This record gives sequence, structure tokens and C-alpha cells, in this order.
Amino acid sequence: MSDGTDVTSGNGAPAGVPITKFDDPHLQPYAKNPRRAEMLIGAILLIGLAGFCAYGGLYWVGGQTQWEAVFGGIGFFAFGFGLSAWGKYLLPQGPFVEDRHDLKSTEPEIEAMAAAIEDRGKMVFRRRGFLGTILGAGAGVMGVVITFPLIRSLGPQPKKTFDTTNWRSGSHVVDLDGRRIHRADLEVGGSLTVFPEGHQGSGVDQTMLIRADTKDITTLPGRDTWGPKGYLAYSKMCTHAGCPVGLYQQVAQQLLCPCHQSLFDVLTGGNPVFGPAPRPLPQLPLEIDSQGFLLAQAGYDQPVGPGFWERS
Amino acid sequence: MSALTSRSAGRIRGRNGTKATKPDPVVAGVRWLDERLGVAKGGRTLLDKIFPDHWSFLLGEIALYSFVVLIATGIFVSLYFIPSAKELIYHGPYVPLRGSRVSAAFESTVNLSFGVRSGLVIRQMHHWAADVFVGSIAVHMCRIFFTGAFRKPRELNWMIGITLLILALTNGFIGYSLPDDLVSGTGLRIMFSIVLSIPVVGSYLATFLFGGNFPGDGSIIPRLFILHVLVVPLIIFGLLGAHLGLLVRQKHTQFPGHGRTEKNVVGSPMYPTFIAKTTGFLFVTTGVLWALGGLAQINPIWQFGQYEPYKISYAVQPDWYMGWLDGALRIMPPISWTLWGHTIPFVILFPAVLFPGICFNLFYVWPMVEAKVTGDRAEHNLLDRPRDKPRRTAIGVASLTFFFVLFAASSTDVLANYFKVSLNEVLWFFRFAVFVIPSAAGIFAYYLCREMSGVPGIGRRKRAVVITRTAQGEYESVSTAPRPGDEADHEELLPTPVPARIELNGELESVEAAGSGVRRIPRP
Repeated sequence: MSDGTDVTSGNGAPAGVPITKFDDPHLQPYAKNPRRAEMLIGAILLIGLAGFCAYGGLYWVGGQTQWEAVFGGIGFFAFGFGLSAWGKYLLPQGPFVEDRHDLKSTEPEIEAMAAAIEDRGKMVFRRRGFLGTILGAGAGVMGVVITFPLIRSLGPQPKKTFDTTNWRSGSHVVDLDGRRIHRADLEVGGSLTVFPEGHQGSGVDQTMLIRADTKDITTLPGRDTWGPKGYLAYSKMCTHAGCPVGLYQQVAQQLLCPCHQSLFDVLTGGNPVFGPAPRPLPQLPLEIDSQGFLLAQAGYDQPVGPGFWERS
Repeated sequence: MSALTSRSAGRIRGRNGTKATKPDPVVAGVRWLDERLGVAKGGRTLLDKIFPDHWSFLLGEIALYSFVVLIATGIFVSLYFIPSAKELIYHGPYVPLRGSRVSAAFESTVNLSFGVRSGLVIRQMHHWAADVFVGSIAVHMCRIFFTGAFRKPRELNWMIGITLLILALTNGFIGYSLPDDLVSGTGLRIMFSIVLSIPVVGSYLATFLFGGNFPGDGSIIPRLFILHVLVVPLIIFGLLGAHLGLLVRQKHTQFPGHGRTEKNVVGSPMYPTFIAKTTGFLFVTTGVLWALGGLAQINPIWQFGQYEPYKISYAVQPDWYMGWLDGALRIMPPISWTLWGHTIPFVILFPAVLFPGICFNLFYVWPMVEAKVTGDRAEHNLLDRPRDKPRRTAIGVASLTFFFVLFAASSTDVLANYFKVSLNEVLWFFRFAVFVIPSAAGIFAYYLCREMSGVPGIGRRKRAVVITRTAQGEYESVSTAPRPGDEADHEELLPTPVPARIELNGELESVEAAGSGVRRIPRP
């Protein structure tokens, strides 16, 4: 079998093909001059080894992020590069051939399997239809009820949580630290994130308080008293995806949501002028009490934040 | 030392045909296993498995090895991360944060970065590996698509691959959300709104998942954590096994070429050539990710700070693989319907729920659609050159461009700022560009393919033409001889058998005895 011209059989291989040794030199790209490849690969592997050692040493003396990256990176990279080069230049490349064998079964085999499924299935379902019906119904109910603990147990029902906030009639307007806002606190053009007293930091209650010049404001019908002394309060939750509408552009009198670039006009009732937001920012009706502190006339007249199915 | 030398010397003697004093330990080992599991036949076939040599076959390996790195670094990271929203005061090593109120998840991530030796490198490596994982899956998928490797009999593996892509995206997003920093919290806020936008069940699902209206009762972090470290990786692991299992069962595809047919595979054997190359490549991938982990900062959560629902920062962009969805959210016109007392926030529902659903479903059914349209239901083991399939290539190019434009649209604010144009114009540009540019790219790709497939000698190396001037002043041109390895130089040679075992000095075993299916094509 080793004279190089043997006939193979049993593998579907054509007759009369030569057999070569697996380590036949001409299968290896660098086999004619392996010393050079060996030296080069050896050098690369040594660099990798040095990288690992340097990383280990660095670790023991306390570590330093960038040098850890350099040493570890060089270690792995050179080690891997050397190994790949070994595989590419010093191991037989072929090209070798492997036959594909048909995955397909024969037609009778396919039919036999289908027949087995069908015939035995008939014994289960067709002949004893009522048992099958009960089994199917049971499986269906099982499928539904096991989702109860999986899904329903996770949290509370939404109830009215999306419809209301903690702003009530008479809620004092406070900043994040709980300090009540006085009518003298903001200059015209000033802005502040405010909350109802007792709910500082709350996501649904966050409100953008802006003081605008009263003569610039276009008051919407029914909102005549909502902005005393030019104080306008809008829900800070974007009506698009609920991000805080945090960027107040004083010159343009607009509020920008940094998430998806919705733009709301402060002076015309929080109207969306640009971007994907579909609704105006809900406005909080404000009033000023006898000591000059700001408080809410009432809660928001509509759900704040993004849209949802139950929102009418 | 001397014992080792004598044992190995004994083995070589045995192989040389002289009487062996001891049984070869490898033979003994294989026999032991074979008598219990019957590994010899199948194992031999596996060692002989042929891997076609083409650079593009590396792309899937990058995905596989970044997954290995993800698991390894993920185990390390999970030893320090505390999945809890419990509030505490930061007293750790990072001075600017000292005294501020943070969650346990945030604090433990900062501590892992600054208080654990090599912690920052490995944490950032984990993040980089996730980005590379999704990226390499996407590029690998492009390779499969443009070369038609998804065709019969590989439709199932294509679908498994799509599922892996979805899972990789999902787990990437979940992992990104865990540290509870300002950027990840903003991502979760948007995710909450997306769930909320689903008709009928949205508000229920959202409050169930988060334990109330956003940000909920803090249960979302431990829930995402268990999804991130157990549930999703386990499914990925199983599907990855199936992906590779099908690959072994169906064997590799290969590009057409010298000696390659629908009925064979030409390349290097698994052992030792491919193993050496691919193990090396695992280390190379690890090395690159390791270097990135320490040299290229990613997700510096200590700069973003703890998430608070009322805080936001400028230039909020998700990880790159979520960019297309973010872009879709940005350029969607503000459509929201109110019907019979119910709101359908189409502006969120379409770009973030229906649109990705449609995309992934189109990916899933593509092999069947193409077979139906072309009527080609034959088995294909030889790959297409993309230029030979102008229609498929055009659709692929158009889709890729489409996703890229959406991706670019996720930075409308950054682009407007950089080019000093109005945000308004940038947005309107993208609303049109998302349809115009992909169509143009698709048409361009179609005609380019048509042109290329008509050019004689395309894909072959050009030959130099030597022009000489004779004494009379005449010019004459002579083509040089083809270089070795050029197609024209090839003739179809018969495949030849390969020896059954790797032996340095030994006799060749007979092919029949070994039952090998591996043969060799001689080089010209």
C-alpha cells in the first residue's frame, strides 16, 4: 500500500490515485526551509510567553490597567499568532478531500417513518377521540395556568398607576432637597426640576418649572390662571418614551428630550414642535399662596408620560 | 526526566515496527474509551473532518471565541457584582463619588473597576467582548447570506443563527442595563415605555416586570441579572451546540474551485492543522479583547453616575447594536391613535416592537422565500459568488444600508452638533434617506453585479502584459505566463487518498483498513 500508486476502494474514490504520506513535505508550505519558519514562530511564541510573565509580574506588584492590557494582550495575541502560524506554515495544508455522504434517507424509509407516526397516532387520537380531547384540553389549561406564577406573580396590576401622579390640589412645589419654591426664586428664563412636597426624586411626579415673561406666553383656552407670574410647570416625562425632558433652551423657549430629540414649545402649552413626541407635555396648574410659595391648583388633568392602551 | 525519555523512546521503537515492550499509552487510552463508548470510528472521522480554507470562515469563529471570552470574563465579573437596587452611601476608592447615594449594583460595579486588581480590564473586556460578539455574528450572517450558504440543506442552521443573533442582542442589552448607571437606567426607561406601548397587555406586562410603575420596586435588577447570567446564556449555549452540531453533520460549504464539487469538501483536516490554527485564533481574539479592555475605555459608569429617574444627559446613545432601533424611534413621525377610548402609541409600537419583529421574521423565512421565488430547491454545498446572484446581493446590500442608515439616525443630535446644521434638517434628511439611500445602494449593487459577472476572467489574477518596441519602431505585446496557483494553470486533478495516521517514520496504513474518507488533491 505504500508505493504511491495504489488503487483505493470502498470510499467512492476514483481508481489510480496516488497515496502520499500525511507528513509529505510538499504538503507543508515551509517544509523546504522549516528552520526559518521554526525560528520565527519560536520568536513569536517567546514574545507571548514574555507577555504572560510581564502580566504576572505586574499583577504581583499591584497592577496598572493600561500596562495590564498591553502585557496580557501581547501575551495572548502573540501566543495565538504563533500557534496559528505553526498550523499554517508547519502543518500539512493539503488540500485534502473529504466525501460528502448523502444525509437523505431512501423514499421507503421516509414513508415508513411517516406511516409509523400516522398509524400509531391514529391509535392514540382517532380511535379514542374523547381521551385525546381531554388530554388536549388538559394540556391547554396546563399551558395557561403555569404562566400565572411565571408572569402574574411578578408584580402588581397597573390599576390607575399610569393615570395619576402625586400632585394634588394644594401640593407645595419643592425642589429635590425638599425646599419650597418661592415666587422670587426664579428669574425670567430660569428653570428648575420640582416635585410635590414629600415625593422628591419621584419619576412620575418630576416637573419642569420654568419662569417665562408673561407677555410672551400664549395661554391656551382654559389655562388662564395656570401660570401665575410667568411660572409654567410641565411634566418632565416625555410623551414619547418617558425620558426626562431635561434640556431647557432659554433663547428658543423650548424643552428638548435628549433621548429621541423631541422638542416642546414652552410658551404655547408644551406643544410638540419637532421630533417623535405625539402629545403636548401635560401642564400643571400653579398658584401662589399668601406667603408667596408656589403650589399646585390641582393634579395633572391627564396621564403623564408615554402612551399606553388604557389611556383615553 | 529519564523515565519520560525512556517511555517515549519505547513508543517510537514500537511504532518503528520493533517489538514493543509496553503497550502504546495512546492506543491503550483509545481502546479503553472505545470499549465503553465506541469512539474510535466516529472519533477518527472527526479528526479527519475537513475545514475549507477561506478567510471568511473565520467570522463565525470570532463570534464563538468572543462568546468564550464572555463566559470567562462574565464568571469573573459575577463574583463581584451585587444585583440589588438597595440604596447605600458610596465610600469606595473613587473619590468624586464618595458620600453620594448609589445602589448596591452601581457601587459594586465601581468597586469592581477600581478596587479589584485587573477588575477594570476584565470588566471592560466583558463589555468589548459583547460588542464584538454581536458584531461578528452580524458579519458572519452577511457572509452566509451573500454566499447563499443558507440554502438547502442548511435552512435550519440559518434559523438557529438568527435566534442566536436575537439572543445576543437581548443579553447585550440586559447586561448593559445591570450596573444601574445613568445611561443604562435611561435605556431601561425607554424599554419600559416600549413594553407599555403594546396594546391591551402592555401596562400589565410593564408593571409585572418592574414591580410597579417605572422605576418599580427595585426588583428589575435581580430579575435582569438572572436572565443575563443564567437563562439567556444557557439558551445561547444550547443553540450554539446545535449550530455546531448541524455544521458537523451537514459538513462545511465551500467556494467553487479546483477539485471542489457538490459532493466533497476540500481543505485542511481538523487534527492537527485546523486545531492549531483555530486554537491560535481563540488566543488572538482573547488578546485583542484583552488589549481593548485596558486601553479603550468603555462604559465609564463612574462618569455617568447613579441613575435617577429625573436625571438625563446629553448625547444618550445605546450600545452600537441597539442603534438601529434607537434610530427608528427617532425618525418615526409622531403617530398615536386614540380609538374608542384606547390609545395605540404607534410612534413607539411600530419602530420598537413591530419593526424588529418584522425584520427578524423576514430573516427567518428568507431561505424559504428565496427557494420559492427562484424555484431552486436543490441541495447546495458550493457557495455563490455574490456577483453571480445580482438580485440576492442587491437585496442584501439594500438591507444592510437600511440598517446602517437607521444606525446613523440614532446620532441625529451628535451629527447636527458636529456638522453645525439644524436638528430639524438632520431628522428630515433621515426620514427620506432611510428609503432613498438603501434603494440607490441596492440598484447600484444590482448593476455592479451584472457588470462584474459579465467581465471575462473576473476573480482571477491579472497577468502582466509586456510591450516591446522593435527596431523598426513597431510595438508588440506579449502576455506573461500565468503565475502558479492561477486558475488557468489548473487542471482538474483527481483527489488522492491521505495517509491514515500521522506518523513521522512509520509505514502508511492502508486506506481500506482505516476506512478514511479523507483524500488529497495534489498541488499543481
